[in-house]
Formats: sequence, structure tokens, C-alpha cells
Amino acid sequence: MDLRLRYGFRDTKLVQAKVRQIRKVLTRPWSIMEICGGQTHAIKKFGLDQLLPEEIELIHGPGCPVCVTSLELVDKALQIASLPDVIFTSYGDMLRVPGSSGDLFSVKARGGDVRVVYSPLDSLKIAQENPTKQVVFFAIGFETTAPANAMCVLQAEALKIENFSMLVSHVCVPPAIRAILSSPHNRVQGFLAAGHVCTVMGYWEYVPIASQFRVPIVVTGFEPLDILEGIYRVVLQLERGTHEVENAYSRVVTYEGNIPAQKVISQVFEVCDRTWRGIGVIPRSGWKLRDTYARFDAERRFETQSVEGQESPLCISGLILQGLKKPYECAAFGTLCTPQNPLGATMVSSEGACAAYYQYSRHAGSSERSHV
Amino acid sequence: MSDQSRALDFLGAYCPVPLSHSEQIVIGHGSGGRLTHNLIEEVFAAQFKNPFLEQRDDGAVLPEVDSEFEIVLSTDSHVISPIFFPGGDIGRLAICGTVNDISVMGAKPLYLSAGFILEEGLQVEVLKHVVSSMVEAAEEAGVQVVAGDTKVVEKGKGDGIFINTTGIGIRHKSLQIGGCRVQVGDQVILSGTIGEHGVAVLLARGELGLTADLRSDVAPLNQLIAVALEAGRQEKGNAIHAMRDPTRGGIATALIEIARQSNVGIQIDETAIPIREAVLSVCEMLGFDPLYMANEGKCLFFVDPSKAGDILKAIRSHPYGVEAAIIGEVIPQPARKVLLRTSMGSTRLLEMLSGEMLPRIC
Repeated sequence: MDLRLRYGFRDTKLVQAKVRQIRKVLTRPWSIMEICGGQTHAIKKFGLDQLLPEEIELIHGPGCPVCVTSLELVDKALQIASLPDVIFTSYGDMLRVPGSSGDLFSVKARGGDVRVVYSPLDSLKIAQENPTKQVVFFAIGFETTAPANAMCVLQAEALKIENFSMLVSHVCVPPAIRAILSSPHNRVQGFLAAGHVCTVMGYWEYVPIASQFRVPIVVTGFEPLDILEGIYRVVLQLERGTHEVENAYSRVVTYEGNIPAQKVISQVFEVCDRTWRGIGVIPRSGWKLRDTYARFDAERRFETQSVEGQESPLCISGLILQGLKKPYECAAFGTLCTPQNPLGATMVSSEGACAAYYQYSRHAGSSERSHV
Repeated sequence: MSDQSRALDFLGAYCPVPLSHSEQIVIGHGSGGRLTHNLIEEVFAAQFKNPFLEQRDDGAVLPEVDSEFEIVLSTDSHVISPIFFPGGDIGRLAICGTVNDISVMGAKPLYLSAGFILEEGLQVEVLKHVVSSMVEAAEEAGVQVVAGDTKVVEKGKGDGIFINTTGIGIRHKSLQIGGCRVQVGDQVILSGTIGEHGVAVLLARGELGLTADLRSDVAPLNQLIAVALEAGRQEKGNAIHAMRDPTRGGIATALIEIARQSNVGIQIDETAIPIREAVLSVCEMLGFDPLYMANEGKCLFFVDPSKAGDILKAIRSHPYGVEAAIIGEVIPQPARKVLLRTSMGSTRLLEMLSGEMLPRIC
């Protein structure tokens, strides 16, 4: 597969030159967190961690919405999806996330009408086609998916589709970065901010964080060269002792972000406290539907019993999501816990750190590095 | 209407003539009675013409096999949705699937059976079209469909049409080919570009709102494989140690299966794998890995390095192998694993998929 010819951002020579550039400025070890699960996936898929000098430790952040959706909400999803006359729609990844008792796949196997969709608008269409059923969309995601979900609510309102609702589990990146930096165990010295999140939100929110905690934050894309450029700029700042917010993804991201998208988000959603699976409650770290749109809120539409969720005692996904442990440091990794039989959500989604390690580098751990 | 005209209309007592149901499948087509017979005559026998079927017996009596040969049997069920997709349909797929499974065993496929499970309401025109594709594919492969069966299930209990084909072929006793016979040093040849079937079918479902100029690669590979075997012929046996058609699960899964069966490692070079731009783009967009996308007209060959050049040349001389390439080699360690050398120069492990491929969500 000659990817070089097709995608300049995967050009082997440019990638190798960027790695050399990083080596050149590097004088001591640094720990850098890539917040986004998509970046974790790309790092493992292209083996970028093998190309980097040993001094750079990449810590994988909590930026996988599948992984951080709380057990309580997954359990609610299972209850709603099991109800008669409900069509429960979700992105594919959520189907295998373990709740306290089973997952959405097992609900489907028991006769629940669970369908995979690729967009909330698909779900809306299902609602229009099935007026006698209640159609619920599992609205998970970071700032990236929020505009589409908000538009979908506005669309449902405009078209008067009353049999549609959303189970909302929106989370936001900046409060998570604050929570990580405020932890007494924090080891992260610099951040790669997620390029697609900043496409929507801009990067103005990160400026006070960088200055308060004195950490460099670099807005970074997803191709190998993008990621290495982000790492290079973070390293350069760390070596110089600066702590700026930089944009290494300027072909897509602006300081202000997509203002019409932000307007739609704030029209439909409001900030709320949110429980992150494996981490706990992070204040003001999520979005919920505003009261004006309460009738589209599945949590208010359906009676669900609050179950005291039980995580597997073996799972250390919380420590992994906070960057305190690596997947291979878990006793259950690859033995009791595999993508076929996940004990925690980080083993489910392709963007979960455990799944990425399992998929791409289980034989060697993270210690295998080759030199360019 | 006047009394007079009513009197003229009355031509005597009569029973309403039953509908012929020649346009769509009804439950009666599976009854074994007249409707079944009509269907056999009009659709199946009319197209699959051969002396074995013309006997109209419960089974086909096949000619004796020379004692130098062994019999290879394989079966495959086809439930693909949609029935028609760019580059083929369920009929062509049903013939090619079994022909290819027999061929990668090193055998020459000869006879197939075809079992149809039809859903009530299926248009007979659709069935005729599917059967004509089967005939065309069977003719291309040089095999005969010598036995068949049809069942009908109620509306909603099937998805239009399911087809099972079972086939037998013959293999010379001297030929030792199988997934467990791969040796360290063997070169891995792939007969062409990957992922076209999987992507073409995915797009044909129309759920994603994407279009691409892509056709399924579904094809019978027996002649391509015969050419390769001829080129690999050695004094003792053959330089081809194993072959596999990388269908569901793509080349990654097929390679892992072989590594496990032969207890060897396999190293693949990402930059050597032939792939079309459209497949790569669709996979990038949806978060799929083309290494795991299904193929229906490709073959992986594990060959002795001394003959690899000759075999590759022979494969490339066949229309289905023009873009063939050596994509990797068999290594001693890590045993039972497949390593991919990425275009970046790093190495990663290929694992079996843990379920359906799931799209990326953010």
C-alpha cells in the first residue's frame, strides 16, 4: 500500500525528518499526553511511538467518548433499549460496552430493537418511518459530535417528530485537562489538544489553562506528520521553558472555531457536571439538553431505575484514562480482558487505549523502539 | 347493466382458474408439488442444462475418479445483502465461493450442488437473473451444477434468497498443499488489489450515502491457480506450499490463520500490498482497515523462494492476477503472529478482528 504517494502527511521521508528534528532539540525526558483516542489509535497504528526517542513518553488521555460514558448511563441505555416499542439507535462502538448486566448486543439478541446508525439524522429518519415506536439516540461524544446532535434536536422540533429522544452523554475536553493537571499524581508536562474538537470550539479555551498550569498545549491533527509536528512543538516549548497554546493544525483550526456550530450547541445544550467512567465526577465537564428541549431528553421520557453500577474489580481503566498506568501494566490485559471479552470500556472502542495496545502492539509492549 | 346483457355474460357455472404464480415466489413453490416442478423446469433446468440434472433423480451419479486422485469436498452458504452489487450478485458469488475453496486446496473443481432458500414474495425474475449468473460463472470455471434443492420460507423469515453450494474436486495424490505446510523463508504472493468486494457491498447497501467507482472482485480463481501450480511444479511435489482465498476478515485474517496452522511468523510489507485509491479512501473515511476487508477473487500463495519469481510471473500472465505482488515472507519468530512493516518503517502486529468492523465515531 503505497500511502506515501497518496497522502503527503504520511510521507515516510518527511516523517523521518520530523523525528530527527525532535531528536535534535531533545535534551531530557518529557511526558506528553495526547488527549484524543483517535490520536492514540493513529500512534499505535503507524507505530509512531516506536520511531520516537526513548526520552519521550506518550501518555494516552481520556479522549474516547465510548470509554468515558458512565456505567450509570450505559445501564440506563440497556434498560431503555429493552423496553417494548422502543428502537434504540447508537454508534456501533457503544454496542459492546459492558454495563452492569450485559451490553446492547445482548439486549439485541434477547429481542430488543437495537440499531447501529452513522449519524443522529439516520435515527431521526427511523423515527419518522416508525411513528408508533419510540426512537432513542445514544448521543455520546466530545465537542466534535455535539453540533450534529444539537442540529438533530432542532430538526426534530421543526419537523414535529415527537417520538424521538436522546440519551445525552456529552463530555468536554478542557475540564478534563484541568482535572488531570489538578491531580496530585499528575505526570503530564505537555498536551496535544485534539484537532477536531478545536475545529468546532477553537482553542481560546486552552489559553487560561496553559498559563494557569504552565503547560504547553499544541492543537494537533491526526495524520502521522501532524502528530509528530505536535510533539515537536510541545518538546520545543518544554525545552525552552515556555507554556503557550500553539496551533499545529492551522489548515483546519482557527482561534475562534466554528462560531455557527458553537451557537447551535449553546442553543440546545447547557453545561452540567458529568461522571466520567473510571475517573469520577468532573465539575462542569459535560453538556445536557436545556429545559426548552426537555421533551427530547430520553432520561426524562423513560422511567429508569437507578442501578448501583458494578465495575469489574480487576479493571484499572480509570488509572489508564488518567495516564497513571499503561494498558500492559494491568494484570488482566490480554488474558482475562480482551476485545472479545472486555472488562472495561477502554478495551472496547478502537480508540480506547487498551484496545489500541491489544490490536497493534501486544507482542512487544511499548518498549519496542527502532531508530530512524 | 341491463338484464339482457347480464344474461349474455352468463356462460355457465365455472371454477375460478388458480393464478399461475409465475411472477413471484409463493409458499407453494416449496411444496414439492406442481409449483415446485414448474419452478424447476422453468428456472433451474432451463438454465443448468447437463445430463446429470436431466435424469431428474434424487442424486447425481458421477463418473469414477482415477486412482491417482483424491476427492476434495467443500461447502459454502451465501446470505449476502444486497443480492445484486456492482461486479456481481449472490449467484456468481455462490459459484465462485465454492470453486475457490476447492481450488486453494490444489484441487480441480468439477461438480457443484446448489441449495436455494427462497423467501415468499421474491420475484421470479430476480431468481432467474441470479441463476443465469450462476450458469455464467460455472461456465467460466468449467464446473457443472449437478444437484439442487429449493425450499421456501414465509415472508419475513428470510432475506430474499440464500444459496448454499457444495462442490467436489479432484487433487493429484502427489500434491501436498495446505495451511500447515508453510515453511520459514516462503515468499507470500498476493494475486491482486485488496478490499474491493467488502467496500463495493458496503456502498451498495446505500446506508452511507457514499458512491465510488468500485466493483466487487468476485471471480472463479481455478484457472489462475492452475497456471500458478503449473509454474510451481517441481520434481517432487510443488513449490506452492499453501494457498488461501482471503474472504471474510480480509488478508489479515487469512495470514493469521496460516501463521497459526504452520506455527510460523509472517512479516508483511504494507507498501507492497496492492490497493485501489477508492478502497483506501472509503476505508479512511469510515475507519475501516482494508487489510480486514473481504475479497472474493484474490488468492494468497506461500511459495518456495527459489520459484517465487516464476510463480509470480505466471500469476501475472492471467487476467485475474495482473496486479499480483510479493507482499512478505515467512519468518521463524514471533511464531503464530503476523507483523506488518508500516510505511513509516515501524512494525505492528495484526490481530484477528474481535467482531464486526466498527466505524470510528469521533
